[in-house]
Amino acid sequence: MTEPTRDTPRDPIRDNPRDNPRQGRIRDINGPIVTIVLPGIRNGEQVRIGELGLFGEVISLRGEEAIVQTYESTEGVRPGEPAVGLGWPLSVELGPGLLGGIFDGVQRPLEKIALQSGDYIRRGLDVPALDRTKVWEFEPNRELEPGARIGPGTVLGTVQETQTIVHRILVPPSLGGELDELAPAGDYDLEATIGRLRDAQGHTHRLKLFHRWPVRKPRPYLRRDDGVAPLITGQRVIDTFFPQLKGGKGAVPGPFGAGKTVVQQQVARWSNADIVIYVGCGERGNELVDVLETFPQLDDPYSGRKLMERTLLVANTSNMPVVAREASVYVGITMAEYYRDMGYDVVMLADSTSRWAEALREVSGRLGQMPVEEGYPAYLASRLAAVYERAGRVETQGAGSGSVTLIGAVSPPGGDFSEPVTSHTKDIIETFWALSKELADARHYPSIDWVTSFSGHVHTAAEWWHQEINRDWERRRTEALALLARDAELARIVNLVGPEALSSAQRWELEGAALIKEGVLQQSALDEVDTFCSPRKQFALLDLCLFIFRRGAALIELGVPVQELQQLPLLARTRRCKSMFNSDQVDQIEALKADAERTFEKIRLEYAQASASSAGNV
Amino acid sequence: MSIKEYRTAAEARGGLLVMKHTPGVAFGDRVLIKDHGGGRRNGQVIRASDDETLILVFEGVEDLDLESTWVRFLDEPVEIALSPELLGRVFNGLGEPKDDRPPILSNIRRPVGGSAINPAARTYPREFIQTGISTIDGLNSLVRGQKLPIFSGSGLPHNRLAAQIVRQARLKDEDTSFSVVFAAMGVSYADAKFFRDEFASSGVLRNVVMFINLADDPPVERLTLPRTALTAAEYLAYDLDRHVLVVMTDMTYYAEALREVATSKGDVPARKGYPGYLYSDLAEIYERCGRIHQRHGSITMMPVVSMPSDDITHPIPDLTGYITEGQIVLSRELHNQGIYPPVHISPSLSRLMKDGIGKDDTREDHPRVAAQLYALYARALETRNLASIIGADELSERDKRFLRFADAFDQRFVGQGEAEDRSIEATLNLAWELMSSFPRDTLTRMSETDLAKYYQGAD
Repeated sequence: MTEPTRDTPRDPIRDNPRDNPRQGRIRDINGPIVTIVLPGIRNGEQVRIGELGLFGEVISLRGEEAIVQTYESTEGVRPGEPAVGLGWPLSVELGPGLLGGIFDGVQRPLEKIALQSGDYIRRGLDVPALDRTKVWEFEPNRELEPGARIGPGTVLGTVQETQTIVHRILVPPSLGGELDELAPAGDYDLEATIGRLRDAQGHTHRLKLFHRWPVRKPRPYLRRDDGVAPLITGQRVIDTFFPQLKGGKGAVPGPFGAGKTVVQQQVARWSNADIVIYVGCGERGNELVDVLETFPQLDDPYSGRKLMERTLLVANTSNMPVVAREASVYVGITMAEYYRDMGYDVVMLADSTSRWAEALREVSGRLGQMPVEEGYPAYLASRLAAVYERAGRVETQGAGSGSVTLIGAVSPPGGDFSEPVTSHTKDIIETFWALSKELADARHYPSIDWVTSFSGHVHTAAEWWHQEINRDWERRRTEALALLARDAELARIVNLVGPEALSSAQRWELEGAALIKEGVLQQSALDEVDTFCSPRKQFALLDLCLFIFRRGAALIELGVPVQELQQLPLLARTRRCKSMFNSDQVDQIEALKADAERTFEKIRLEYAQASASSAGNV
Repeated sequence: MSIKEYRTAAEARGGLLVMKHTPGVAFGDRVLIKDHGGGRRNGQVIRASDDETLILVFEGVEDLDLESTWVRFLDEPVEIALSPELLGRVFNGLGEPKDDRPPILSNIRRPVGGSAINPAARTYPREFIQTGISTIDGLNSLVRGQKLPIFSGSGLPHNRLAAQIVRQARLKDEDTSFSVVFAAMGVSYADAKFFRDEFASSGVLRNVVMFINLADDPPVERLTLPRTALTAAEYLAYDLDRHVLVVMTDMTYYAEALREVATSKGDVPARKGYPGYLYSDLAEIYERCGRIHQRHGSITMMPVVSMPSDDITHPIPDLTGYITEGQIVLSRELHNQGIYPPVHISPSLSRLMKDGIGKDDTREDHPRVAAQLYALYARALETRNLASIIGADELSERDKRFLRFADAFDQRFVGQGEAEDRSIEATLNLAWELMSSFPRDTLTRMSETDLAKYYQGAD
């Protein structure tokens, strides 16, 4: 083992188990929780269970017994059947070929599984995540000469993974030393050696296009950086009112039917991230298929290429085994960190973290652990926090900059935001896009409630908006929110005493708020034009609505009756503006503003004249 | 393993039987139980270990004694025999005949537990099903392969609505009817008879398979009944290329049976005593519906969920809503006004509607008509609230128009006859007729082209 020229494959995770696989036997089967007798096995180790070879993971040890959670259904398994410890923890394969794929909760490629086992998922299948037969065109890093000092994160070369994404082949996080040899440009498959590295102990390590990483361990980086740029999603209520940063963490809670999935899919479609990882965690099969079928046909608004080229799906639908659901979030975030380490901005969407938490609850319940709130185990809050903490903008080991933005959907039972998952999540995240049942019932989409939602990133985002779009951004935003708050107050009065009790100025405020709600906040994901709105168009629409409100308010002060303003065709046109002009036609919106200016000026003059002449008559 | 028989029962409680020293029994296997009187019961292994086996007894454990109970482990999963002869038959939750006819003989036997459809093998549902009911077709359209539950309450006409849908459902411009799998859990004899008579009088009985567990049948059997029914549905859809509509009533009784067994197993309760795995368990049932690549048949599901005390946040409707692709919610208020079907559109939703409607599927204005009607009705309900506080006379002319719209909408759009089968064109035309009571500028969700083509009001 110590000879310096040893040239055996050394994969830090899988090719270095402690011993040969060790075998034990099954003692008890309780749904997905299986007790095995296997002395010497480690906590977290992967296990294959029974004659079917079901995959599982050790979650606790007691004497010679180990408790295993299995990622597959245990129907038909008997006590006495074998259990084999594999020697490594749950880990994922990281290399070219991930993008455009769909994986299950433990990173098995579902499309390939469909070829092997048909329409239903057979159990015990061992299919590697990455295609071993596919050949990639490797372009070595010209700056590296044999003898160079290389460390974790050093770019060995590149592979064009999709038309838009260059896959940087990195030295795995745990390796470092002297480069012995680097392969020349050419076609290589995943198992081929593309380089050799000699570490401080003199061991030689073979470098390949891919490596493995245990999912429960965050991938290392040099240091954490603050987020600086907003994540532009093309959704007005998000970008303009509750902005998210690249490297931020956010939650989208909402009762069923409020539109969580649509919000998440819109972010996946239109955000200006480099890579999007969509984790369907315990959700509907048909919705995942929707993404699978539509994304390959949709264009990325930034690169013009197909959206699927930058997207990766992890699918554990609600009827798939519950334990794999728990794993799916870790599998997703590890892949996100991997692309971050290449210097990309990654968005990971987890739909829904409540189902993930329920998987924790189900396992803890089967283990007979003491429940604390609504049956959830005591470690719920710390697990949630640990997952969200893996988001962030960092300086990578290769000294570049990359980020993972994590947005989790939360499905509170009965829409009650005080339940444990929502309330613990709220303590951790920085942006909170709270969906409202009332808005959704009125088909006001996205149903992000402007009263209960918040973003901790407004000031950082403002710097970007002021520099790139308009210096008035933050002022307009505050103005609009203040108007909406006034609207809520007035609506309460109307509900008590009716609209007749309001003054003209107050009724115009209601009209102004309605204009903002319909002209800015509402945005149809189904409308071809409106589904994406550039920051420039967002600002123009907001500016137009507020302009109309302000000028109208001034006229009312002069004594113009509110009914006259309410009948202006201008208002209906402003409401339709969002879907009439696309993001390249912002000048048309500005023209409408000039139009409005003329209309208001005309009314003002007429009114001034009328009042002057009536004054003259007296 | 060969078939083994044991007489080592150690405990019997709450639908469960504990056996000692029964080595090598597989988790999930089927067992036969012979009680002291020679009566037979069926069971399933729900926990297997070296020294103890836990058995769920579908017929319950009433009057078993521990000494003379024999248990035979059949070394096979709980299965059902499948053949085209299923159609027109009536079975219990285990697939045993309930119509005094011989059992199905077939060499096709499948475990009722099913397995998960690979998401990569699914096809997105997008074929519009015309149910002939305006509130569904126009505003919450059903597509082939969708699961769309009816949320109801005791005494509301959910059964009549479900029966009407079964009678009228068909693809637009196509005359193929659906095969129906009817799963009844814990329903009364009268309700079961109502459906039977309905199927018979509309002449579809030869196209229906019924799985029935009545209110006075053993509750534990309800746990396996929807799975048995869906195994039959999968056979009809994917082996025989039929389009299957599965009607399941009432999922609330199913969940209650699950709670009963979970409690006696000692599972940690989550909400209202229901076990933490209720979501996963319901999902195993609901997610068996859908469409699969290169298979001609499909499974569309319409479960009935009665909301205990009309509470939509109760765990059963709540978790159902998180799994299904929308819901049709019935309202007691509309029902009390004599409106049938009393569909309350505000909380109702169809998630798969967007891809099943529009230019090539129904009519180009359909998506916007739906959005506009929803917006108008939401505003109209607000106005109605206001009117109930300050009185209708105090309202502005504009608000009064909304009030009139709300009434017309409830009476004419929501309300329709039990035998009235409205085409989608009729539904959309009716929508325009109602919307045309507003000035053109109010209809901000409609495009200029729609207004030019369909708007009937005086400008």
